[in-house]
Amino acid sequence: MERTEEKPNGSTHTISLLVENKPGVLHRISGLFSRRGYNIASLTVGPTERPEYSRMTIVVRLGSKTVEQVVRQVQKLVPVVEVRELSAADLIERELMLVKIHTPERNHAELRALAETYEATIVDVSPDALVVEASGNAGKLDALEDRLRPFGIQEICRSGRIALERGFKTLAPPNLK
Amino acid sequence: MAKEKITGAMAVRRALEAEGVDYVFGMPGGTILPIYDAMWGCERPKQVLIRHEQVGGHAAEGYAHATGKVGVCFGTSGPGATNLVTAIADAYMDSVPLVAITGNVATSLIGSDAFQEADITGITMPITKHNWLVTDVHDLPRILKEAFYVARTGRPGPVLVDIPKDIQNTEFEFEYPETVEIPGYHPPVREEPRLKDAAVLIRGATRPIIYLGGGVRISDAHKEVSAFAELVGAPVVTTVHGKGAFPETSSQCLGMFGMHGSRYANYAVQYSDLIIALGARFDDRVTGKLSTFAPEAKIVHLDIDPAEISKLVTATVPLVGDLRRLLPQLTDEVRRAEAAHGKPDLSAWWKRIDEWRKKYPLKYEQDGQKYLLPQYVVDTLWKKTGGKAIVTTGVGEHQMFAAQWWRTSEPRQFITSGGLGTMGFCLPSAIGAQLGRPGELVIGIDGDGSFQMTLQDLATAVDLELPIKIFVLNNLFLGMVRQWQELFYERRFAQTPLTDRPDLVKLADAYGCLGLRARTPEELDQVIDQALANSKGPTIVDVRVRRQEKVFPMVPAGAPLNDMIDGGGD
Repeated sequence: MERTEEKPNGSTHTISLLVENKPGVLHRISGLFSRRGYNIASLTVGPTERPEYSRMTIVVRLGSKTVEQVVRQVQKLVPVVEVRELSAADLIERELMLVKIHTPERNHAELRALAETYEATIVDVSPDALVVEASGNAGKLDALEDRLRPFGIQEICRSGRIALERGFKTLAPPNLK
Repeated sequence: MAKEKITGAMAVRRALEAEGVDYVFGMPGGTILPIYDAMWGCERPKQVLIRHEQVGGHAAEGYAHATGKVGVCFGTSGPGATNLVTAIADAYMDSVPLVAITGNVATSLIGSDAFQEADITGITMPITKHNWLVTDVHDLPRILKEAFYVARTGRPGPVLVDIPKDIQNTEFEFEYPETVEIPGYHPPVREEPRLKDAAVLIRGATRPIIYLGGGVRISDAHKEVSAFAELVGAPVVTTVHGKGAFPETSSQCLGMFGMHGSRYANYAVQYSDLIIALGARFDDRVTGKLSTFAPEAKIVHLDIDPAEISKLVTATVPLVGDLRRLLPQLTDEVRRAEAAHGKPDLSAWWKRIDEWRKKYPLKYEQDGQKYLLPQYVVDTLWKKTGGKAIVTTGVGEHQMFAAQWWRTSEPRQFITSGGLGTMGFCLPSAIGAQLGRPGELVIGIDGDGSFQMTLQDLATAVDLELPIKIFVLNNLFLGMVRQWQELFYERRFAQTPLTDRPDLVKLADAYGCLGLRARTPEELDQVIDQALANSKGPTIVDVRVRRQEKVFPMVPAGAPLNDMIDGGGD
């Protein structure tokens, strides 16, 4: 019989939560993750179509735990209205990235071309620095980051992933639809 | 309910009255003064003044365990609230319904490091089912209603409501809600009625075992469990919180298994081909080394908490729901399966078990001993009372001796700190149990180390004239730790010997209750009679037991369940 114990370092999973928009909710959720040993790769939280609820997107890196176990523990938190793992196949995920590059003006043209390739925009320019804004999935942003590195990256700020499922499905339970 | 204009403090009283609370255990302080003032003269709930908030929490737990109702405790802000933390954590681990209400500094002072300010909602977030900081008095009725509802429903547990002093003093139109509407809380969640699959496994098993946990008591499902066990005919084992879920006096019951379970109970689990776990959570103290646990067994796991399913041991068939509701349906399915395909023959399995039971009984030998053996003390107490008592324990060796030798036949008769393992639990929980079930015999089986953690509340027991009888199995050691030192730390008894103080007989006298001492079987016999005859108030019995006696058999931490030391056999 299979006994749940050691499992090799698993992959990352995207978990989407609808939570009550009340003080302390973020603390409750991040506290649960830390005390149960679930590794958060990224966490975003923001308003939804209804002011009384917020949506969180948590990317969790699993060690010995299963994603089902994480979801069930999170579900037990009273302010968590709904929680689900979003399947990788059905997922629209996006992340926002701002990159400040310290580089002389002569490189700016080359950077503009590079940004265009990645559908990124240059949102601030000064004589020896510029800021690139890009959005997309994590893989695309990683690639852009690699390409920008030779120009001299000064600062990076990434938002963490947000995600929705494709098609009709929504996270809200029937009584809230 | 009609609206009335009252203060937040009075709203707390109205809510407790509406919830049918009998007792509130607590101690007043600066920030909870308005609530205590509102409770002035209140007969129901009655206030119980404890001498330390931890005791109030444990007493509320003992009350809850003994009665099945929600326990309630009060604490003031800062240290009053943090003193509750151990009891709240204990209730969380053992799924005890507990509502803790704390005062806090005024909302204008919160976050300013004010005198006796502590972020108790922050502190107790990981050890409560939920908690609330009340910031608007108009939320108070709803929050109190939700607090009681969350504490007692689903998998019960502790909740905390923190009420700043200005909120307590604010007048508003009070109306206690009739219903609760929490969008994210719907117990029991997601029934998974794979009853037929479970029945197929049960019908097909030749070495099944029924494993009962504290969920049976919580769900009040012992009758349903009896009917199920009678039909299936499999041996029954329990956790420490499963004691009383099935009569331990029945030959079908192998008693407690796990770290200090009997060898035959552990073997039965380890060599089973099907484990039917009812209201249990595969704690490390019962499974031993997880990767070697019952290697051939399929698992049917019925629990109300979906997060317990496949948390530690993967369930072959998970059944999520309330035992009392779901188990009769499973019994019916098994009956149908047996009617169609015949009843499995368990005689060979029982033959093996009976051989183990004969070969490896739990045993002790008092004859020829210079000192009283703790096992003998518990056994004698059990025999002399006919087992008709509610037992509470502290934590340590005495707790395991009590678990092994107090054969519990009814639910809510064995009250102990199983999950958190909180020393000092015995006296407070005895107070709560006796208040909850007046007229019944309440016996505490404690250790000298454990007793000293909360003994100041003898005053409370004497004040209330509670006829509890606390037997302190006194070995002048922190015995369980000493046992580990002897077995695993080459007998270096670092900080485990206790000095012979206080004199427990004099201590009892100082508190104004009966103190007795026993060193021999004859004296034990006498003091038990004296204790049982004393109905005027508490009795403290200092029972001097053999200092080096250890709890056997034992599965060392991290060892396979069948790899036991001592207790006879291989």
